[in-house]
Amino acid sequence: MAEPLLSTDRLIKRFGGLVATDTVSIDVRPGEIHALIGPNGAGKTTLVSQLTGYLRPDSGTIRFAGRDITRLPMHARVRLGLARSFQITSVLREFTALDNVALAVQAHAGHSFRFLADARRDESLLGPARQGLADVGLAARADTPAAILSHGEQRQLEIAMALAGDPRLLLLDEPMAGMGAEESQRMIGFLRDLKSKRAMLLIEHDMDAVFQLADRITVLVYGRAIASGTPAEIRADPDVRQAYLGEEAA
Amino acid sequence: MTDLVAALRTTRGIVTLVLLVLLAVLPLLTQAFDQRYLLSIGTRVLIWAIAAVSLNLILGYGGMVSFGHAVFFGTGGYAVGILAHHGIASGWIQWPVAIAASALWALVVGALSLRTRGLYFIMITLAFAQLLYYVGVGLEAYGADDGLNIGRSRFAGLIDLRDKASFYWLCLALLCATLWFCSRFANSRFGLVIRGAKSNELRMAALGFPVFRYRLAAFTISGAFGGLSGILMANEGAYISPAMMSWVKSGDLIVIVVLGGMGTLFGPLYGTIAFFLLEESLKPLLDLLRKGWGEYWQIVFGPMLVLIALYARGGIDSLMGRSRG
Repeated sequence: MAEPLLSTDRLIKRFGGLVATDTVSIDVRPGEIHALIGPNGAGKTTLVSQLTGYLRPDSGTIRFAGRDITRLPMHARVRLGLARSFQITSVLREFTALDNVALAVQAHAGHSFRFLADARRDESLLGPARQGLADVGLAARADTPAAILSHGEQRQLEIAMALAGDPRLLLLDEPMAGMGAEESQRMIGFLRDLKSKRAMLLIEHDMDAVFQLADRITVLVYGRAIASGTPAEIRADPDVRQAYLGEEAA
Repeated sequence: MTDLVAALRTTRGIVTLVLLVLLAVLPLLTQAFDQRYLLSIGTRVLIWAIAAVSLNLILGYGGMVSFGHAVFFGTGGYAVGILAHHGIASGWIQWPVAIAASALWALVVGALSLRTRGLYFIMITLAFAQLLYYVGVGLEAYGADDGLNIGRSRFAGLIDLRDKASFYWLCLALLCATLWFCSRFANSRFGLVIRGAKSNELRMAALGFPVFRYRLAAFTISGAFGGLSGILMANEGAYISPAMMSWVKSGDLIVIVVLGGMGTLFGPLYGTIAFFLLEESLKPLLDLLRKGWGEYWQIVFGPMLVLIALYARGGIDSLMGRSRG
């Protein structure tokens, strides 16, 4: 079995008396999509926040590409190839779509202590940025301020920004949130095409999307990983059916 | 070049060009009409404009509301004044030392304050400025509260700063250099990181930018240019005092940047000119209404600022149409 790209070992995070992440050990292997599902308040976003470095776990370790990254700040993790998209769309609203992706490219193009040269005419940034926009189908919107892109387009822009640094692993926090059925389907297709090149940890409410995309699924309930396995195993798991899928059906 | 030609077709371009030409020939005008007093005001406008541009780098482009920027009038001014007091009159020594001291102070203050946000950041920058202010008040050897008369910096054979017109043109040249830097900065990789962090700090970190480091560098650069304005201020009056760095002056600088247009290239210059014009004209106008009322010019000035804050959020710059990103 391939060495996991990302793994957590008995991760614990408490908020006062609430154990938001309760001894969670999961891993993502190269080239796979591992989906994280669970009802609202199960601690999915808390877990992602620890993986990205926004929150620090109370105990346990996080390893990425053979390194212990538990104490590494957010920007350093991104540099190692651990990119993320946000659950609530988070783009630079005052900047154009192209600027947004160009900045993402710039983040991986060495240091930015360059004060005089015009970055907005720097083809080494703009070229990959245009390509990134084209990849997600936003080429025509390059010069549109991010603030006036539609919700679906902003989600696509998020993905383009996350992909700009050619990350080894993508953390996708509800990439389909707020999308219409057609947009969702397009995003699913896009992520499926991406799968061969990059590992993904997918947090998603949309069960159709999860079962279409995931190689493995972990179910989180009250901060605990109650089950982990292939989509077929998860579908058949009685605990999961009761705790989660049952609720969906009802 | 094509940019320049295109810029001259806009209202903003024309206004700016006329303004710069007027500024360039001001010493000739004041001499022709024998209004020396105006030249002194003009010089102070240029010095304040440099300080305002330097504040705009962090406040306008970076969203860092530093409420202690006048402290760099002090660091720059006192470095020059203290060296002059001890007989080191050469500007070649004074000026680099003053700029280095200002940058160093900015580095220390930035390192301690940039970890905070919002109101805390405002209060900490103010507190550090007040700290130096009271150090200045306590410096008996350098005049304490009363300040210190100093000789002007010497640049033997190059320029005589005692000549009012020469000094004015030097200030103008330095303002132009500062504006040039700012224009390059705004669209440089560094500038875009700073502006991106103003827009969405978490997003910038998630893209892989160590935001703190970039902000600290911006704060330090801003302090260095602020120190330059302090050097000039000390030379303008041949005098330093703690009043240079009073918190009122820090507030004035924020007002100037907001009035002119935050995060715009020429906004701080417009703001400084408007600020001085209003100050110099409201006083005599109110005195005309009734003798003694000029003292209270800020009663009129305050509501004007409120109106600008409410109805012209982009400041004076926005009155000339939308600016290019």
